[in-house]
Amino acid sequence: MSAAALPVRFKPGARVRVRRADPPGHIRTPWYIRGQTGEIERVLGAFANPEELAYNRPGLPAQPLYRVRFRQQELWPDYAGASRDTLEVEIYQHWLEAG
Amino acid sequence: MADIHHLHPHDHDHEDGPPTYYQAMEIAVRELLIEKGIVTAADVRRAVEAMDARTPAQGARVVARAWTNPAFKARLMADGSAAVRELGIEVGPTRLVVLENTASLHNLVVCTLCSCYPRMVLGRPPDWYKSRAYRSRAVREPREVLREFGTIVEDRVEVRVHDSTADMRYLVLPERPAGTEGWSEEQLAALVTRDSMIGVALCHT
Repeated sequence: MSAAALPVRFKPGARVRVRRADPPGHIRTPWYIRGQTGEIERVLGAFANPEELAYNRPGLPAQPLYRVRFRQQELWPDYAGASRDTLEVEIYQHWLEAG
Repeated sequence: MADIHHLHPHDHDHEDGPPTYYQAMEIAVRELLIEKGIVTAADVRRAVEAMDARTPAQGARVVARAWTNPAFKARLMADGSAAVRELGIEVGPTRLVVLENTASLHNLVVCTLCSCYPRMVLGRPPDWYKSRAYRSRAVREPREVLREFGTIVEDRVEVRVHDSTADMRYLVLPERPAGTEGWSEEQLAALVTRDSMIGVALCHT
Protein backbone atom coordinates (compact mmCIF):
# COMPACT_ATOMS: atom_id res chain seq x y z
CA MET A 1 0.00 0.00 0.00
CA SER A 2 1.04 3.61 -0.32
CA ALA A 3 3.12 5.45 2.27
CA ALA A 4 -0.02 7.38 3.23
CA ALA A 5 -1.67 4.22 4.62
CA LEU A 6 -1.94 3.28 8.28
CA PRO A 7 -0.30 0.00 9.34
CA VAL A 8 -2.52 -3.09 9.40
CA ARG A 9 -3.49 -4.00 12.99
CA PHE A 10 -5.44 -7.24 12.54
CA LYS A 11 -4.62 -10.53 10.83
CA PRO A 12 -7.07 -13.02 9.32
CA GLY A 13 -8.68 -15.05 12.10
CA ALA A 14 -8.32 -12.28 14.73
CA ARG A 15 -11.35 -11.61 16.94
CA VAL A 16 -12.49 -8.00 16.62
CA ARG A 17 -15.27 -5.88 18.03
CA VAL A 18 -16.94 -3.12 16.06
CA ARG A 19 -16.97 0.16 17.99
CA ARG A 20 -20.36 1.15 19.31
CA ALA A 21 -20.34 4.79 18.31
CA ASP A 22 -22.74 7.20 16.68
CA PRO A 23 -20.71 9.98 15.06
CA PRO A 24 -22.45 12.37 12.64
CA GLY A 25 -21.73 12.35 8.93
CA HIS A 26 -21.29 9.79 6.17
CA ILE A 27 -20.64 6.49 7.95
CA ARG A 28 -20.15 3.20 6.08
CA THR A 29 -20.44 1.00 9.20
CA PRO A 30 -24.04 -0.26 9.30
CA TRP A 31 -25.87 0.40 12.56
CA TYR A 32 -26.79 -3.25 13.19
CA ILE A 33 -23.13 -4.31 13.27
CA ARG A 34 -21.91 -1.72 15.80
CA GLY A 35 -20.87 -3.27 19.10
CA GLN A 36 -20.80 -6.79 17.58
CA THR A 37 -17.87 -9.21 17.71
CA GLY A 38 -16.61 -11.12 14.68
CA GLU A 39 -13.53 -12.50 13.01
CA ILE A 40 -11.26 -11.01 10.34
CA GLU A 41 -11.89 -12.96 7.13
CA ARG A 42 -9.35 -11.10 4.98
CA VAL A 43 -7.44 -7.85 4.73
CA LEU A 44 -8.55 -5.99 1.61
CA GLY A 45 -5.90 -3.26 1.45
CA ALA A 46 -5.97 0.41 2.39
CA PHE A 47 -8.59 2.86 1.15
CA ALA A 48 -9.14 6.58 1.65
CA ASN A 49 -11.53 7.12 4.56
CA PRO A 50 -15.03 7.63 3.08
CA GLU A 51 -16.08 9.67 6.13
CA GLU A 52 -13.55 12.29 4.97
CA LEU A 53 -14.04 11.85 1.21
CA ALA A 54 -17.73 12.68 1.69
CA TYR A 55 -16.66 16.22 2.67
CA ASN A 56 -14.18 16.54 -0.20
CA ARG A 57 -11.19 16.01 2.07
CA PRO A 58 -8.38 13.62 1.00
CA GLY A 59 -9.23 10.87 3.51
CA LEU A 60 -5.57 10.19 4.26
CA PRO A 61 -3.82 8.37 5.76
CA ALA A 62 -5.72 5.55 4.08
CA GLN A 63 -7.52 3.14 6.40
CA PRO A 64 -6.95 -0.60 6.15
CA LEU A 65 -10.24 -2.22 5.13
CA TYR A 66 -11.24 -5.69 6.33
CA ARG A 67 -13.93 -8.21 5.63
CA VAL A 68 -15.24 -9.27 9.01
CA ARG A 69 -17.32 -12.42 9.46
CA PHE A 70 -20.10 -12.63 12.05
CA ARG A 71 -22.29 -15.50 13.22
CA GLN A 72 -25.92 -14.74 12.46
CA GLN A 73 -27.11 -16.21 15.77
CA GLU A 74 -24.89 -13.74 17.63
CA LEU A 75 -26.20 -10.79 15.62
CA TRP A 76 -29.89 -11.59 15.99
CA PRO A 77 -30.99 -13.36 19.18
CA ASP A 78 -34.14 -14.60 17.43
CA TYR A 79 -32.36 -15.72 14.24
CA ALA A 80 -34.46 -18.47 12.72
CA GLY A 81 -31.98 -19.88 10.18
CA ALA A 82 -29.28 -22.53 10.60
CA SER A 83 -26.64 -22.08 13.33
CA ARG A 84 -23.88 -22.24 10.69
CA ASP A 85 -25.17 -19.14 8.87
CA THR A 86 -22.82 -16.16 8.68
CA LEU A 87 -22.67 -12.56 7.51
CA GLU A 88 -19.71 -10.60 6.17
CA VAL A 89 -19.27 -6.85 6.15
CA GLU A 90 -16.44 -4.56 5.06
CA ILE A 91 -15.25 -2.46 7.95
CA TYR A 92 -12.51 0.18 8.11
CA GLN A 93 -9.83 -0.25 10.75
CA HIS A 94 -10.75 2.80 12.83
CA TRP A 95 -14.09 1.10 13.59
CA LEU A 96 -12.43 -2.04 15.00
CA GLU A 97 -10.87 -2.93 18.32
CA ALA A 98 -9.43 -6.24 19.58
CA GLY A 99 -12.41 -8.44 20.51
CA MET B 1 -51.18 4.05 -34.52
CA ALA B 2 -51.84 1.81 -31.54
CA ASP B 3 -53.30 3.43 -28.47
CA ILE B 4 -50.46 3.27 -25.95
CA HIS B 5 -52.85 3.58 -23.03
CA HIS B 6 -54.82 0.67 -24.31
CA LEU B 7 -51.64 -1.45 -24.50
CA HIS B 8 -50.29 -0.34 -21.10
CA PRO B 9 -53.25 0.75 -18.99
CA HIS B 10 -51.17 1.03 -15.79
CA ASP B 11 -48.07 2.64 -17.24
CA HIS B 12 -48.42 6.26 -16.15
CA ASP B 13 -45.99 8.93 -17.31
CA HIS B 14 -43.21 9.14 -14.76
CA GLU B 15 -42.90 12.90 -15.19
CA ASP B 16 -46.45 13.61 -14.01
CA GLY B 17 -46.30 15.61 -10.80
CA PRO B 18 -43.59 17.94 -9.50
CA PRO B 19 -39.95 16.79 -9.53
CA THR B 20 -38.68 15.20 -6.33
CA TYR B 21 -35.94 16.81 -4.24
CA TYR B 22 -33.23 14.63 -5.80
CA GLN B 23 -34.53 15.08 -9.34
CA ALA B 24 -34.36 18.86 -8.89
CA MET B 25 -30.88 18.52 -7.39
CA GLU B 26 -29.66 16.36 -10.28
CA ILE B 27 -30.98 18.81 -12.89
CA ALA B 28 -29.48 21.81 -11.07
CA VAL B 29 -26.03 20.24 -10.68
CA ARG B 30 -25.97 18.93 -14.26
CA GLU B 31 -26.96 22.31 -15.70
CA LEU B 32 -24.35 24.12 -13.59
CA LEU B 33 -21.59 21.70 -14.66
CA ILE B 34 -22.54 22.23 -18.29
CA GLU B 35 -22.81 26.05 -17.96
CA LYS B 36 -19.40 26.19 -16.30
CA GLY B 37 -17.91 24.13 -19.12
CA ILE B 38 -16.82 21.26 -16.84
CA VAL B 39 -18.77 18.64 -18.79
CA THR B 40 -20.86 18.78 -21.95
CA ALA B 41 -24.38 17.52 -22.50
CA ALA B 42 -22.85 14.93 -24.85
CA ASP B 43 -20.54 13.70 -22.04
CA VAL B 44 -23.56 13.15 -19.80
CA ARG B 45 -25.46 11.37 -22.57
CA ARG B 46 -22.47 9.11 -23.34
CA ALA B 47 -22.05 8.22 -19.65
CA VAL B 48 -25.72 7.25 -19.37
CA GLU B 49 -25.50 5.26 -22.60
CA ALA B 50 -22.41 3.39 -21.34
CA MET B 51 -24.16 2.69 -18.03
CA ASP B 52 -27.21 1.27 -19.79
CA ALA B 53 -25.06 -0.82 -22.17
CA ARG B 54 -23.81 -3.01 -19.30
CA THR B 55 -26.03 -6.05 -18.78
CA PRO B 56 -26.01 -9.33 -16.81
CA ALA B 57 -24.80 -10.99 -20.04
CA GLN B 58 -21.33 -9.79 -19.09
CA GLY B 59 -21.50 -11.51 -15.72
CA ALA B 60 -22.89 -14.65 -17.39
CA ARG B 61 -19.84 -14.76 -19.68
CA VAL B 62 -17.58 -14.54 -16.62
CA VAL B 63 -19.43 -17.39 -14.88
CA ALA B 64 -19.45 -19.63 -17.97
CA ARG B 65 -15.72 -19.07 -18.46
CA ALA B 66 -15.07 -19.95 -14.81
CA TRP B 67 -17.15 -23.14 -15.15
CA THR B 68 -15.17 -24.33 -18.16
CA ASN B 69 -11.67 -23.02 -17.48
CA PRO B 70 -10.12 -23.92 -14.09
CA ALA B 71 -7.11 -21.63 -14.57
CA PHE B 72 -9.42 -18.66 -15.27
CA LYS B 73 -11.53 -19.57 -12.25
CA ALA B 74 -8.43 -19.59 -10.02
CA ARG B 75 -7.47 -16.12 -11.28
CA LEU B 76 -11.08 -14.92 -10.85
CA MET B 77 -11.22 -16.04 -7.22
CA ALA B 78 -7.80 -14.50 -6.47
CA ASP B 79 -8.47 -11.13 -8.14
CA GLY B 80 -11.93 -10.63 -9.66
CA SER B 81 -11.15 -7.24 -11.20
CA ALA B 82 -8.05 -8.46 -13.07
CA ALA B 83 -9.78 -11.62 -14.32
CA VAL B 84 -12.85 -9.87 -15.76
CA ARG B 85 -10.58 -7.35 -17.50
CA GLU B 86 -9.21 -10.35 -19.44
CA LEU B 87 -12.69 -10.60 -20.99
CA GLY B 88 -12.59 -6.93 -21.99
CA ILE B 89 -14.90 -5.79 -19.17
CA GLU B 90 -14.26 -2.28 -17.83
CA VAL B 91 -14.06 -2.48 -14.04
CA GLY B 92 -13.92 1.13 -12.78
CA PRO B 93 -12.79 2.34 -9.36
CA THR B 94 -14.28 -0.34 -7.09
CA ARG B 95 -12.87 -3.86 -6.80
CA LEU B 96 -14.68 -7.06 -7.74
CA VAL B 97 -14.76 -9.97 -5.30
CA VAL B 98 -16.19 -13.28 -6.54
CA LEU B 99 -18.05 -15.55 -4.09
CA GLU B 100 -18.27 -19.21 -5.04
CA ASN B 101 -21.37 -21.22 -4.20
CA THR B 102 -20.62 -24.86 -3.32
CA ALA B 103 -22.50 -27.89 -2.02
CA SER B 104 -22.01 -26.53 1.51
CA LEU B 105 -22.13 -22.74 1.00
CA HIS B 106 -24.71 -20.38 -0.51
CA ASN B 107 -23.78 -16.70 -0.91
CA LEU B 108 -26.24 -13.81 -1.01
CA VAL B 109 -25.37 -10.17 -1.76
CA VAL B 110 -27.07 -7.06 -0.38
CA CYS B 111 -26.18 -3.44 0.31
CA THR B 112 -27.97 -2.38 3.49
CA LEU B 113 -26.72 1.22 3.31
CA CYS B 114 -27.73 2.07 -0.25
CA SER B 115 -27.55 0.07 -3.49
CA CYS B 116 -23.88 -0.93 -4.07
CA TYR B 117 -24.00 -3.47 -6.88
CA PRO B 118 -21.44 -5.00 -9.28
CA ARG B 119 -22.59 -2.80 -12.16
CA MET B 120 -19.46 -3.58 -14.17
CA VAL B 121 -20.67 -7.15 -14.66
CA LEU B 122 -24.45 -6.92 -14.05
CA GLY B 123 -25.49 -3.45 -15.22
CA ARG B 124 -28.07 -1.55 -13.19
CA PRO B 125 -29.60 -3.23 -10.13
CA PRO B 126 -33.24 -4.37 -10.15
CA ASP B 127 -35.67 -2.17 -8.21
CA TRP B 128 -36.18 -4.79 -5.49
CA TYR B 129 -32.45 -4.77 -4.74
CA LYS B 130 -32.76 -1.11 -3.75
CA SER B 131 -35.97 -1.57 -1.75
CA ARG B 132 -35.98 -1.12 2.02
CA ALA B 133 -37.61 -4.53 2.41
CA TYR B 134 -34.80 -6.42 0.65
CA ARG B 135 -32.02 -4.33 2.21
CA SER B 136 -33.24 -4.80 5.75
CA ARG B 137 -34.51 -8.38 5.54
CA ALA B 138 -31.65 -9.98 3.54
CA VAL B 139 -29.28 -9.61 6.50
CA ARG B 140 -31.80 -10.52 9.19
CA GLU B 141 -33.81 -13.37 7.67
CA PRO B 142 -31.97 -14.41 4.50
CA ARG B 143 -33.53 -17.87 4.29
CA GLU B 144 -37.03 -16.42 4.41
CA VAL B 145 -36.10 -13.91 1.69
CA LEU B 146 -34.61 -16.71 -0.43
CA ARG B 147 -37.80 -18.76 0.03
CA GLU B 148 -39.86 -15.83 -1.27
CA PHE B 149 -37.65 -15.88 -4.38
CA GLY B 150 -38.44 -19.60 -4.69
CA THR B 151 -34.98 -20.64 -3.54
CA ILE B 152 -34.87 -23.26 -0.80
CA VAL B 153 -31.46 -23.74 0.81
CA GLU B 154 -31.19 -26.82 3.02
CA ASP B 155 -30.13 -26.32 6.63
CA ARG B 156 -26.92 -28.32 6.12
CA VAL B 157 -25.80 -25.58 3.68
CA GLU B 158 -24.38 -22.40 5.22
CA VAL B 159 -26.05 -19.21 4.03
CA ARG B 160 -23.50 -16.40 3.98
CA VAL B 161 -24.79 -12.88 3.46
CA HIS B 162 -22.41 -10.24 2.12
CA ASP B 163 -23.27 -6.68 3.06
CA SER B 164 -21.60 -4.55 0.40
CA THR B 165 -20.75 -1.46 2.44
CA ALA B 166 -17.51 -0.01 1.11
CA ASP B 167 -15.02 -0.39 -1.74
CA MET B 168 -15.72 -3.99 -2.87
CA ARG B 169 -18.41 -5.21 -5.23
CA TYR B 170 -19.57 -8.83 -5.02
CA LEU B 171 -20.49 -11.30 -7.75
CA VAL B 172 -21.82 -14.75 -6.87
CA LEU B 173 -20.38 -17.63 -8.88
CA PRO B 174 -23.36 -20.03 -8.91
CA GLU B 175 -22.98 -23.80 -8.98
CA ARG B 176 -22.85 -25.31 -12.45
CA PRO B 177 -26.03 -27.34 -13.04
CA ALA B 178 -25.67 -31.12 -13.27
CA GLY B 179 -26.00 -32.63 -16.72
CA THR B 180 -24.17 -29.83 -18.54
CA GLU B 181 -20.93 -31.74 -19.14
CA GLY B 182 -19.49 -30.92 -22.54
CA TRP B 183 -21.64 -27.80 -23.04
CA SER B 184 -20.02 -24.82 -24.75
CA GLU B 185 -19.38 -21.55 -22.93
CA GLU B 186 -22.17 -19.92 -24.94
CA GLN B 187 -24.67 -22.64 -24.00
CA LEU B 188 -23.68 -22.40 -20.34
CA ALA B 189 -23.83 -18.58 -20.28
CA ALA B 190 -27.49 -18.80 -21.35
CA LEU B 191 -28.26 -20.61 -18.05
CA VAL B 192 -26.74 -17.88 -15.88
CA THR B 193 -29.35 -15.36 -14.76
CA ARG B 194 -28.91 -12.00 -13.05
CA ASP B 195 -30.60 -13.28 -9.92
CA SER B 196 -28.27 -16.29 -9.67
CA MET B 197 -25.31 -13.88 -9.65
CA ILE B 198 -26.88 -11.84 -6.81
CA GLY B 199 -27.53 -15.10 -4.97
CA VAL B 200 -31.35 -15.07 -4.78
CA ALA B 201 -31.65 -17.91 -7.30
CA LEU B 202 -29.84 -21.03 -8.52
CA CYS B 203 -28.91 -21.97 -12.08
CA HIS B 204 -30.99 -24.65 -13.77
CA THR B 205 -30.99 -26.36 -17.15
